[in-house]
Amino acid sequence: MLEIRNLHAAIDGNQILKGINLTVRKGEVHAIMGPNGSGKSTLAKVLAGHPQYEVTAGEVLYEGRNLLEMPPDERAREGVFMAFQYPIEVPGVSNAQFLRLAYNEKRKHHGEEELDPLEFKDLLKERAKVVEMDASFMSRSVNEGFSGGEKKRNEILQMAVLEPKLAVLDETDSGLDIDALRVVAGGVNQLLTPENAIIVVTHYQRLLNYIVPHYVHVLAGGRIAREGGKELALELEEKGYDWITSVASHQAEARWAEPSLGSSVFLRVCAVNRNAAIGKVTSSSAGAE
Amino acid sequence: MVTELVKSDNQYQTAFRSVRESSPTVPWVELVRSGAIDRFEQIGFPSVRDEEWKYTNLALLAKEGFQPAVAPVEFADANIARFAYPETKNAHLVVVNGFLREDLSTKIGLDQIVVIDLFSAVADARYNKIARKYLARNANYHDNGVRALNTAFLQSGVFLWIPKNVKLETPLQITFVSDGRSLSFPRLLVVAEENSSATLIENFVSHADEGHFTNAIAEIVLKDGARFEHCRLQNENKNVFHVATTAAELGRASSYDITSVNLGARLARHDVSVVMDQEGAECWVDGLYVAGANQHTDTHSVIDHKLPNCTSHQLYKGILDGNARAVFNGKIFVREGAQKTDAMQTNKNLLLSPQARVDTKPQLEIYADDVKCAHGAAVGQLDEEELFYLQARGLNPELGRSLLTYGFAEEVIGKIKIDSIRSQLDEAVLTRLHTRLEA
Repeated sequence: MLEIRNLHAAIDGNQILKGINLTVRKGEVHAIMGPNGSGKSTLAKVLAGHPQYEVTAGEVLYEGRNLLEMPPDERAREGVFMAFQYPIEVPGVSNAQFLRLAYNEKRKHHGEEELDPLEFKDLLKERAKVVEMDASFMSRSVNEGFSGGEKKRNEILQMAVLEPKLAVLDETDSGLDIDALRVVAGGVNQLLTPENAIIVVTHYQRLLNYIVPHYVHVLAGGRIAREGGKELALELEEKGYDWITSVASHQAEARWAEPSLGSSVFLRVCAVNRNAAIGKVTSSSAGAE
Repeated sequence: MVTELVKSDNQYQTAFRSVRESSPTVPWVELVRSGAIDRFEQIGFPSVRDEEWKYTNLALLAKEGFQPAVAPVEFADANIARFAYPETKNAHLVVVNGFLREDLSTKIGLDQIVVIDLFSAVADARYNKIARKYLARNANYHDNGVRALNTAFLQSGVFLWIPKNVKLETPLQITFVSDGRSLSFPRLLVVAEENSSATLIENFVSHADEGHFTNAIAEIVLKDGARFEHCRLQNENKNVFHVATTAAELGRASSYDITSVNLGARLARHDVSVVMDQEGAECWVDGLYVAGANQHTDTHSVIDHKLPNCTSHQLYKGILDGNARAVFNGKIFVREGAQKTDAMQTNKNLLLSPQARVDTKPQLEIYADDVKCAHGAAVGQLDEEELFYLQARGLNPELGRSLLTYGFAEEVIGKIKIDSIRSQLDEAVLTRLHTRLEA
């Protein structure tokens, strides 16, 4: 379904992805893990077609077609869905209006008839159950005034309505308490079929207790540093990212030398390192002290 | 320069004399009218040298040669009811070129209130005291030639009186329609007595595509505890000059809620003022202006907190496209001693084209020390992240832009309580965007 070959991508001239290779087949769940700054969110955004990211090399085939040549809206209508890490608020446009518009755009694209508001209301009511969402959310403006958890649930509701073939969940677990996490993950599991595939981008193993991946890929310094089955996530939880990132530490040091943004990203990496691997000083965290 | 043109031309003096002959009135109104024409002779139309008119140039008016509407015209529009909304079809007044037309109006379910020609009200023993007290009281013509001209040409208009404790369930609509290349002087006086409540829709439209000049004044007086909802729609054709004043005076614990929507006209200027000189009054002074190619829209607003414990809310939004020009000038005064004032003012503008321009100036003048006031203005374009979000859900960029623009307008449109007006405005905004996209 998806084949990523030697993908390189940059933002504002900074090279973030430095040669990603990944193959995703129907019915599979892939987890992309990695420390902050490793490029995992960038990968998600490049797949969705965010205009700020520039693909500098490599290719992405989606159902045999060149995904990178398709504008973001066409990707969406063709079945690629990204759940945003920070869902955007759209004031003045109700959730129901927005969802119907998106749903019908996809129907039109596939030569199907549009649903009128009443027909759509029934469908929406049905799909809302997947994420246990109250009807009152439908008349509210998209994400406006929603709590963090409500926004994430709303993303999964959109996924339930649009029924993507390939869903990329970008840190959907961040900012969720355990109950919301269970609801969101439960929703995703209900939507998984043998015909679609899901890429779960996450920092923590926690989400993977609920959405169990077939494959885990660990990113470091813009490359896949390690791959394995679901047990790799558990191993990471135990040993921390240092275990992987020491391999790529020379890249982290290169970032350290850059001013402003580079260093703040780097410091966050170090903080995570310390939490995850107490008492263990790696070359990169020593650099921060 | 404008002033000179007007003076040398002197068509207004001639027209005024004919009005005085054809429409004699009670002495006090004669006095008001002649005082107003004298004032107009002195100051003429405002010029761009006047700070309040810095960005809005009426010089073009002189070239247009609109003729003052001094008498009712034959007006045949079999389908005048099309300007009414389903909610107001039984309570629909029609004013043609400033003249109230009972023959075209429908007044069902309005027995509890008085809604008659203003010119007959000033001479009617039952209402002349009220009219005399409030006419030309809040719409000051001494500093404004346009208002002076309207006042001088008073010979019709609408008098709306809502007696004490009357709660008018039916929303009342007044449609102001212009015919021919006329200069019309629509005039409205509303007096809402203690604890009454009512909803009014003022709808300014054009009958045809030719230009005209609408010079309108509405004065609204709310007595203690009165509640008044006011929806003002201006959708005249793109050749029109529309210069208007809405002036409200709020009694103790009264509430005034105006939503003013400007979509039409080549040049639209709306002065809206709310004076709160009793305690505990509350007002919402909101608006939306949408302007495209060759349109100029200007809102000047004054909210005057004179006594303590009054609250004002203001949200004005603008959507500008093509080479549209917009002006927003919003003054809030908090007078000495007006403690516990709560005033909030926001003006947000969306520029859809690099040629569009807005001059916005929210102003706060505070002379009390225990108040809560905030104001702000924003001018921007559509947010790229919002646009990407919509695209990532399958909406093409054009549709995404339309939806975001619609959402931007919705914050103002959404507060209008009459469904059919809301959906008409939604449609108008979306159509506007669509036209733009196809062009």
